Amino acid sequence: MKKLAISVSPHIVSPVDTRYMMKGVLIALLPAICAGVWFFRLRAVGVILASLAGCVVTEYLLQRFRGRKIRIDDMSAVVTGILLALVLSPAIPLWMAFLGGVFAIALGKEVFGGLGHNIFNPALLARAFLMAAFPVALTTWSRPITLDAVTTATPLGLAKFDGVMTPYADLFLGNIGGCIGETSSLAILLGLAYLLHKKVIDYRIPASYLLTVFVFAGVLHLVDADKFMPPLFHLLAGGLMIGAVFMATDPVTSPITARGRWIFGIGCGLITMIIRIWGGLPEGVMYSILLMNACTPIINKFTRPRRFGLEKGRKA
Amino acid sequence: MKELTFPGGVHPPYSKDISIREPLREAPLPSVAVVPLSQHIGSPNQAVVSKGDVVEEGQLIGSSPAFISAPVHSPISGTVKEIRKAFHPALGPVMSVVIERDKSKEAKDYTQEDVDAEALSPEQIIEKVKDAGIVGMGGAAFPTHVKLNVPEGKKIDTFIVNGAECEPYLTCDHVLMTRKTQEILKGIELIAKVLKPKDIYIGIENNKKAAFFAFQKAIKKATRKVLSDIHLVPLHTKYPQGGEKQLIQAISGREVPPGKLPLDIGFLVQNVGTINAVYEAVHMRKPLIERVVTISGDCINRPGNYLIRVGATIKDIIEQYGIELYRDPEKVIVGGPMMGFAQPTLEVSVLKSTSGILFLSENLAKTPPEEKCIRCAKCVDVCPVRLLPTELMNNVKNGNWPEVRELNVADCIECGSCAYICPSRIPLIQYIKEGKEVLVRKKMR
Repeated sequence: MKKLAISVSPHIVSPVDTRYMMKGVLIALLPAICAGVWFFRLRAVGVILASLAGCVVTEYLLQRFRGRKIRIDDMSAVVTGILLALVLSPAIPLWMAFLGGVFAIALGKEVFGGLGHNIFNPALLARAFLMAAFPVALTTWSRPITLDAVTTATPLGLAKFDGVMTPYADLFLGNIGGCIGETSSLAILLGLAYLLHKKVIDYRIPASYLLTVFVFAGVLHLVDADKFMPPLFHLLAGGLMIGAVFMATDPVTSPITARGRWIFGIGCGLITMIIRIWGGLPEGVMYSILLMNACTPIINKFTRPRRFGLEKGRKA
Repeated sequence: MKELTFPGGVHPPYSKDISIREPLREAPLPSVAVVPLSQHIGSPNQAVVSKGDVVEEGQLIGSSPAFISAPVHSPISGTVKEIRKAFHPALGPVMSVVIERDKSKEAKDYTQEDVDAEALSPEQIIEKVKDAGIVGMGGAAFPTHVKLNVPEGKKIDTFIVNGAECEPYLTCDHVLMTRKTQEILKGIELIAKVLKPKDIYIGIENNKKAAFFAFQKAIKKATRKVLSDIHLVPLHTKYPQGGEKQLIQAISGREVPPGKLPLDIGFLVQNVGTINAVYEAVHMRKPLIERVVTISGDCINRPGNYLIRVGATIKDIIEQYGIELYRDPEKVIVGGPMMGFAQPTLEVSVLKSTSGILFLSENLAKTPPEEKCIRCAKCVDVCPVRLLPTELMNNVKNGNWPEVRELNVADCIECGSCAYICPSRIPLIQYIKEGKEVLVRKKMR
């Protein structure tokens, strides 16, 4: 008989490992990727590949030069690359998408110590950087299914600045201007169903985020239906869906406690709506998530669960 | 009926099919028994026999004057060959009595003697439990007579019979519940006589339907009020449902306060194996020298539930019972896969608390390399006592001991749910145990 292995219990482990989780995210992203490629054709493919290349190459080089184990196979850089591309305009120059990928990994992840140590969602941090550096390129939107240079506005922009309402069917299916991945709410909801089914994410953040936006917009719409868009419009337009499903749920940068996840989602919803309604920008999803990322450590600290065996209301 | 449960916990593959329909097999007597003198939580025993002594089956071989202690008896008739250190599955080498069997002697027949259990006082029952060396057979091995000796001023309102058996692979309690239903009920009566509880519950997970129906039938037929009043409750199949605190929470909704015992809130929990041993001690005058052990895994040809003498070594069991290892096990585990101990050798004895011996191949029991924490918080979601395992790990790694205490590390029941669920394969309870130990050490200084 060969030598018996010794280890501490438990001796069996769940089949869900980090690779399974990353693959789960990638599979869940497929409908959104397909919708983006369908509506924006080769432009979308180009942006996705450029962003992916920026992320993966940077991760490889940094780990190589720092003499660390190469961890490309944990797939986290691939997830970041795709997520970044999905929140960029299909009209963005490819070199900018590549630069965004470099930024996401170098300054979004590796400077903090790599996977698990970053405070901000790397894809969103990179998008914020691109937004600050190249505001015009980031907000130049192409019309779906056109490869020419005709530009358009997003439904949120149209609503906010021109008071024009986009039909719900277009918003739901994705036949609208906007980022590659945020175009189709249907595709993102399919991804959400898969993530929940495979237990890759917890329902609390997307539920509280979407619900907060719905209630906030609903109350305003009730107060003044002429001035404020209906709640369903706010749910379907812009980056809310992709943000609530794929960005806010990033395990690394969201709270670890159940109560904390509720607070995180509600906070994202409030900030999104404040920016959308009163801010100078049509959209607030990216900033809402980045700002709540910054709050995650303090949320964790103040939402520690009640100690087992102590009655409610008593401190541990 | 509604299945009761507690918040948190995990659903590992239960793998009970391998042995759940196997009968209760009488195993042959070991040719040599290596009996550790200390098999319980509490003070170790001293040998009361010496090398060369001839001993009878059931004869006392080790005892201690301490209160928290349980004596040990000779599992076979034979000669004491030596008293030496031998391998204990959880503690490593401990003093043990090695007895060579006298092949001319048959196993003793413990026929039901004319014990008038009705006439026994609670004190006499506790005395018999103590003399029989009974300890908790669910794994913790706490001396049973100590548990039954409820301190002055405390009162047990609820007696819970633990038939949860939540560890994967193990089916020893299941077969005991189906084959010894009447015996367990008689044991419950004895304990009820000692404790005089207001309510008695039997909790059984819903993946052990046969055991549940056996008790349902027996309770319906019971004529004595104490038995017909028992609440039989189905439990949701979930690990660690059989943890004492989790079982109390599932059945009553109440949480045992930190640092307190179940008896502080009026509860007492006993495993079905222990209750059967109480019955045998009182009605049959039989000391605890054998128990049901589940032998299972994906490396052996005859998985099953065997009645095995305490002191039989795994090596001896395999040889004598014709168990064939048709592939090399990666790990041999004493107990269940969630809380059991991996053994470096087969020269290790069955104890009073040994519920299973598992031979698991690499496919089932590999130790994957530890990766970086991605803060997914699955460990937080599954912890049955609401700890933050990932935070504990980080603070233990950084040596931030005040924070480790602040995070209530002492509350950890070491069920291993966090490490089971961790997608990064971090041995979280190893860090948590380290944290516990350091805090204990620091307090002593």
